[in-house]
Amino acid sequence: MESRRQILLAVNEETQLAGVREVERALREALAAQGLTEEVGIVETGDLGITGRGVVLRVQPDDVLYGDVTTADAAEIVNEHVVGNRTVERLRIHPEEEKEGVQGVQTRIVLWNCGVIDPDSLQEAIASGAYEALAKVVEERISREEVIDIVTRSGLRGRGGAGFPTGRKWSLTADREPKYIVCNADEGEPGTFKDRLILEGDPHRLIEGMILAGYAVGAQKGYIYIRGEYGLSIERMQKSIDDAREAGLLGDHILETDISFDLEIRKGAGAYVCGEETAMIESIEGKRGFPRRKPPYPGGSGLWEQPTVVNNVETLANVPPIVLLGPEWFKSYGTATCPGTKAFIILGHVVYPGLIEVSMGTRLRTIIDVHAGGVSNGGRFKGALLGGAAGAFVDESGLDVAMDFDSLQEYAAVLGSGSILVLDGDTSIPELLHGILRFFRHESCGQCAPCRAGTRALLQISERLLAGQGLATDLDLMTEVVETMQTRSLCPLGQSVILPVTSALRAFRSEFEALLPSATHA
Amino acid sequence: MGEQTSVRTILEKYEPSGEYLLDMLHDVQEADAQNHLSREALREVADYVGLPPSSVISSATFYSMFSLTPRGRHIIRICESPPCQLVGAESLLDVLIETLGVEVGGTTEDGVFTLETSSCLGVCGVAPAMMIDEELYGNLTKERLLETLESVRGEDDGV
Repeated sequence: MESRRQILLAVNEETQLAGVREVERALREALAAQGLTEEVGIVETGDLGITGRGVVLRVQPDDVLYGDVTTADAAEIVNEHVVGNRTVERLRIHPEEEKEGVQGVQTRIVLWNCGVIDPDSLQEAIASGAYEALAKVVEERISREEVIDIVTRSGLRGRGGAGFPTGRKWSLTADREPKYIVCNADEGEPGTFKDRLILEGDPHRLIEGMILAGYAVGAQKGYIYIRGEYGLSIERMQKSIDDAREAGLLGDHILETDISFDLEIRKGAGAYVCGEETAMIESIEGKRGFPRRKPPYPGGSGLWEQPTVVNNVETLANVPPIVLLGPEWFKSYGTATCPGTKAFIILGHVVYPGLIEVSMGTRLRTIIDVHAGGVSNGGRFKGALLGGAAGAFVDESGLDVAMDFDSLQEYAAVLGSGSILVLDGDTSIPELLHGILRFFRHESCGQCAPCRAGTRALLQISERLLAGQGLATDLDLMTEVVETMQTRSLCPLGQSVILPVTSALRAFRSEFEALLPSATHA
Repeated sequence: MGEQTSVRTILEKYEPSGEYLLDMLHDVQEADAQNHLSREALREVADYVGLPPSSVISSATFYSMFSLTPRGRHIIRICESPPCQLVGAESLLDVLIETLGVEVGGTTEDGVFTLETSSCLGVCGVAPAMMIDEELYGNLTKERLLETLESVRGEDDGV
């Protein structure tokens, strides 16, 4: 018997704007014209790991990948490839390219279903292992304490940026009912969209992670706070929550046990600071997203002053495989102090920008050269911005840094959101820093003076530097401002502006000095 | 009066609790012909959830996706993130300012477009990018930008 053919169609924000819906319609028409509607399935899936190539699809079981597909190409793919067994070379993304590119030799734990399953189908998610960890907990009567213990022993650390041990955070949740789990999906760090691809590519993984987290800490209610700009994520997540509830995987007495847990989505409204956990809690309560003073930490007093655990999307997506396969399995990936993998978004001047997942501790050089195909247009690597706007610049000397929480600290850099912006020789660092300072000026919530006044002062200094009207003392003044902000700001937003500013001034000081009017050199 | 009834209808989908405030404001703004939250609408929301109007206004003014002043029928939000900046988003913003004849935050005289910026739209793989209402446009060039404006304006005239 001939194996059934499938066309895996990547449906995400990027392919949507490249016209994937129209291509899908054209493919269906072409299949119908050949009488193949029943024989060949079109499966909508999330990210196929290729970006910048328009509409991307993979024909299975042949494992042939096509890119830049338009409606005009649909009939050709069906007639030539599906019917005639001849690949359409014109559109093909070659295996070498694919291998060298972002699809490279990755270690996918969090993303193993992304781009493989139809994210809108609970059946497909289950066929690929969704809710198996939950079933294991139920069948083997694994206690709450044991789940926390498994996660603690796995060494999983928060993927939102700070790297706090997840198991420890859970165990620090005060014993006071009711408790809440909040999933931080307010992915606002510029240059980052890994969480969006998890939300869009494998929503049931996140739901299962939240059920397990809720069970572990004794919470019966969870919230997923998704930024308002992520329309497709919100839509998919809502459908998946509804499907899970209907299947008895959410709600009262999950899988006919005494575990009860339910989820609601909260839509953000455009405020970067709401990615800070206490600001997010205020926002869910319907207030301005002003960060709270800590302590108390959310584990003691969070949402409606009740014990609350706030975890990032990627962190929670790691929980089901850890519970299913055990801490030792998880620790076989990554480094001793940072086990597991990390999802990175690699962007800027590289051949293959996009999302990758690799072992923690992978060298920056490997990520750029092997997974992203090197600097684009044969350019020279000048540096990179690691971790987004609240991240740090590194120059060539940083290429051999191991990308994990601890190694980066030695370079005064951070893993942060996992964004890597590669810069070639033509990039102006002062201009890029100016964009970052404008961002912080805009996103400072204004609650505390050091951040409110500091972000404004930094932007003014940067403006006069770029206008050629800088003062000889300006570079030192910038350093002084960010140092004050680091020690005096209320929340990580103000505290982290020091990272891009001092790293840029350290690694690329001559570029800033060159902006000073020559008179001030004398 | 017609508007007031419809605001109430939107609110009644939710329990009258501050917990749903942001969702309510999103829905009310979306249903508004001028893409904004009017004083009357905000007062109605406050009434419904049982909060002082000042609390509701305080929340509404905090978030960049809400506007208390009337806006055009289509909201353009161009991404200003570093990855977009690297590939020329700033010159695209200049093109928008020049073509539309408005500054950031301004609305064209014919009421079709309001020009806004976004800190990051989260679609850096297709930088430079912008959103018009719920639609995303990536890999923008000056030509594609102008074409897109034309086509949105064309569709708007048809309505």
